[in-house]
Amino acid sequence: MSALLDIDRVGMSYVSGTLLARRVVRAVDDLSLRLEAGRPEIVAIIGESGSGKTTLARMILNLATPTDGVIRFRGTDVAKIRSNHARADFMRQVQPIFQNPFEAFNPLKRVDRYLFMSARRLADARGTEVDALADRALHQVGLSLAEIRGRFPHELSGGQLQRAAIARALITAPKLIVADEPVSMVDASLRMSIVNLFRSLRDELHVSIVYITHDLATAYYISDRVLIMQRGRAVESGAAREVLANPQHPYSRLLKASVLSPEDAGKPTIAANT
Amino acid sequence: MSAPLAKAADAERVLDVANLRAYYQTWHFGISRDVRAVDGVTLHVDRNEIYGLAGESSCGKSTLIKTIVRAIRPPLAVIEGSVRFDFGGRACDIYALDRARLAGIRWRHLSYILQGSMNVLNPVRRVRESFVDFAFRHIGKPMPQFLALVEDHLARLRLDPAVLGSFPHELSGGMRQRVTIALASVCRPDFIVADEPTTALDVVVQKDVLALLREVQRQIRSSMILVTHDIGVHANATDRLGVMYAGRLIEEGRTGEVIREPRHPYTAQLVTSLPRIGDIEPKQGLDGAPPSLAAPPPGCRFHPRCPLAMEMCRREHPPMVEVAAGHRVACWVKAPPGGMAAP
Repeated sequence: MSALLDIDRVGMSYVSGTLLARRVVRAVDDLSLRLEAGRPEIVAIIGESGSGKTTLARMILNLATPTDGVIRFRGTDVAKIRSNHARADFMRQVQPIFQNPFEAFNPLKRVDRYLFMSARRLADARGTEVDALADRALHQVGLSLAEIRGRFPHELSGGQLQRAAIARALITAPKLIVADEPVSMVDASLRMSIVNLFRSLRDELHVSIVYITHDLATAYYISDRVLIMQRGRAVESGAAREVLANPQHPYSRLLKASVLSPEDAGKPTIAANT
Repeated sequence: MSAPLAKAADAERVLDVANLRAYYQTWHFGISRDVRAVDGVTLHVDRNEIYGLAGESSCGKSTLIKTIVRAIRPPLAVIEGSVRFDFGGRACDIYALDRARLAGIRWRHLSYILQGSMNVLNPVRRVRESFVDFAFRHIGKPMPQFLALVEDHLARLRLDPAVLGSFPHELSGGMRQRVTIALASVCRPDFIVADEPTTALDVVVQKDVLALLREVQRQIRSSMILVTHDIGVHANATDRLGVMYAGRLIEEGRTGEVIREPRHPYTAQLVTSLPRIGDIEPKQGLDGAPPSLAAPPPGCRFHPRCPLAMEMCRREHPPMVEVAAGHRVACWVKAPPGGMAAP
C-alpha cells in the first residue's frame, strides 16, 4: 500500500540569538509517522504546548520547511514544491483547520467570501458552480449556504463558524485535513458535534485527519491512532484505545493522570503532580 | 476539607447577590437596545468555600463577575438587585461605597485572578514591581518588610522567590499564572474572583495551578468564585457549582450532586456529552446555538434547544426551586414549583 503522508525522521531547529549567544531549539526531533492511502484514519497528536505539535502541523502543511528529514505527500517531497501549479495542487489535497475560528476569519469580511475564494482558486469553479460547491460543502457540515450567505463572523456562533471553517476546507475534496486544536475554542455544548463531524468526514468522505490536541478525552473518543509528543520527540504511539487506556511512557502516564475527570466530582482532593 | 451540608444554613456568608440584573444598554438614533447579560441572578458564597460558575461563552458569566466586583462601565449598567459583601463584620453594599472606600477594599479584601496573566503583570516591569504596585499600599509596612513578606508568601506557595527578579516574558505560562495567584493572595483577601484561571494552560500545568489555587484558598480561608466552562475543572476544584445559561442561573448545588445527578436538561446535556477515557459510546452535542441576549426567547431561555420543552416553557420563565438541600433548579419539567419534583 502506498503512503498518503510519510513523515520520515523529520526535525526542525529554530536558531535564536547572535553569533556568540546562539541558542538552538529543537522544536521537532527525529519524528516519523506514516498514513496509508486508501485507509482513512484519524491520527491524534497529543502533547503539551511547546512539545512541537504546531510546528509539525506547519511542516505537514508546507508552511515551514523541516531542517532534517523529509515529508512526502503521495510520494513527493513537500519541501520541493516550487511552481504555483504544484503548490495549488498540494493545497487542494491537504487543507488546514485552525484553533480559533474567530481569528481564522477576517472580522471585516463576509464568511462566504472565503468559501467562494477557495472554490474559485483551488477548485477552479466558475459562475454558478461556485455557489453549488460552497453549498455542498456546507451541507456536509450541517449548514447551508442560505444560512451563511452575507454573514460576518461575529454573526455566527463559535460552533457554526468552526463548521464553516471545516466546510471551507472540504470544498476542494481534500485527502488530508490537518486540524490544530479545532475544538478547544468551541463551546462545550457544541464541541461534541464538531468532534462527531470529524468522524463522519473519515467514514463518509474518506478524509484522513491529523488531529492535534492536548485533550486526551476527545482523542480517545475519535482517533484511531495516537502519537504522544514531548519536547519535540514522539514518546509513545500506537492504537488510540490501547495507548490511552494503558500508557507505558512516564510522560504519557503523567498526561493521563492530569486529566480532570468529572467522575471525581464532589471530592476535590486535587493534588499536584510532583 | 469540604464543608458539611448541615452547616450551610448558619454558615457565614461573605457574598450575597440578590436578584441581580445587569444589562448592556445602548441607545442609537432613538432606538434603544438592551442586552440582558445578567437577568435575575440570586446566589450566595459562604466563607471558606469555592463557588464554581459554569456556562458557555456569552452566557453572561463574565458580566456577572464584573458586576459583582463593580468593575462595570457603560453601556453595562445594574438595573436591579444588590451585591452585598461581608468582610468579617463589615457588611457593605458594593454599589453604595464611595470611590475611596472601594479602592481600600479592592485587593485588600477583594482580589481577582484573570485568564491572561500577561494582562495583569506589567510586561515592562519586573514581577517584584508588580507586587509593589498592587499590594504595597494595602499592607502598610515599610518596603524591606513588605518585600520580606512577599518572599515568605511565595515560599509558602512553594514558588522560588527568584521569580521576583524576572520579567513576565521570562516565565512560562504556568509560572506566570502561579505568580498571578500569589499576587492575588498576598494581602490575604477575604474574597477572590478567578476568571478562567487555567483555560490558557496545558493539562499537566493546569492540574498543578488548580492545586495551588485550592491550597492558597485553604491557607488563607478566603472564599472564591471560580469561573470556567470546563466541567472537569469544576468537578475537581469547587465545592458548590452554579450553571448559567443565557444570563440566568439555571441550576445550583453541591458540585458532586450537580454533576452526578444533574436535574436541568442543559446541565444534563453538558455532563453527558463530556468524552471520557475508557468510554467510546457515541455522544451527541446539543443542536442549535445559544440564544442572543439582545432578544432572548420568551419563557425559559433554554426551551428552543430543550428536548423536554412543554407549552408552559414557552410562556413563562421557571423560578428556582429547591429540589434537595441546597440544590436549586429552574425548570418547569424537572422542578415544578410546589413539590412533586421529578426524580
